[in-house]
Amino acid sequence: MTLRADVLVGILCMALVTYAVRAGGFAALRSFRPPRFVERMLLHLPGSIFIAFILPGAAAHGLPGLAAAVAAAVAMRLSGRLTLSILLAVAALWGMKGG
Amino acid sequence: MSEARFSAQGFRRGLLAALPILPSLIPFGLVVGLESAARGLSLAEAGLMSLLVFAGTAQLVALGAWADPVPLLAVTLAALVVNLRMAPMTAALAPLFHGQRGLRVWATLFTVTDHSFALGVRELRAGGRDGAFLLGIGLPTWLFWTLCVTAGHVLSGAVALSPQHPLLFAGLASMAALVATLWRGPGDVLPWGVAGAVGLAIHALSLPQPWPVLAGALAGSAAGAWRDGRR
Repeated sequence: MTLRADVLVGILCMALVTYAVRAGGFAALRSFRPPRFVERMLLHLPGSIFIAFILPGAAAHGLPGLAAAVAAAVAMRLSGRLTLSILLAVAALWGMKGG
Repeated sequence: MSEARFSAQGFRRGLLAALPILPSLIPFGLVVGLESAARGLSLAEAGLMSLLVFAGTAQLVALGAWADPVPLLAVTLAALVVNLRMAPMTAALAPLFHGQRGLRVWATLFTVTDHSFALGVRELRAGGRDGAFLLGIGLPTWLFWTLCVTAGHVLSGAVALSPQHPLLFAGLASMAALVATLWRGPGDVLPWGVAGAVGLAIHALSLPQPWPVLAGALAGSAAGAWRDGRR
């Protein structure tokens, strides 16, 4: 159960910046009343964040990656079961890339 | 805007909402635990990182840069850039805390993940205004995530994964499944299409995350806001 000083400092730095961005968005919005356009943007932000994160990551695996991401979304839409959808997508990618 | 609550009942509803998502953390948590061991972290160090950072993709990316001694700037930047997407997330969740103050708000923000964000957005759209709902999801997610990572570390003697192994896709698959729960109808096609196209275009320029997600999310949500403003 070792805990080295440099590792501890590295973990603390990661924790600090992660909390800063987690709380930062909320803190900024609480401090300033956003313009009407930004308020409308916030309504579309959730889905846009996910899509813009998923597609480049999936595309890095080529067509099998994109197909596996679509499989996860469709499986979730049809079954409503998150774990099942993830396992299906991983298995699909595994099958298409041949492990 | 109506005042939000922070109730025991909301916390309990959050706990119940978290139950079905906990098993989904197992594959990705195990992968992060295995990678932690492969990079030379002790069990205590892997557990501590999961408890304090609590951000799977950022942990995995930082572990990719891990060395002895630890490259502080590289791992800190990795955590910062991968997690930048969380800033607009908590901004979008702000109505759940409207009028609320104190430690419970800031503690709840610590527990926000992609999972609790997706469920929190659905709560908001259904008219819910209870920040404790988010904490009810985040608290068990935080503890179970740490358990999965430490379990992965313990299993490291028996399993080894290559960097391109399909199991590493579990994190992205989780987000792809969660986005399906945010779909509201044809009105999402424009903002989501623009977000995806801009994200892919930035990625094609060889710029790593968080630039594709930041540019794509801003462009997509701006397209949706522009369209709504013309109606």
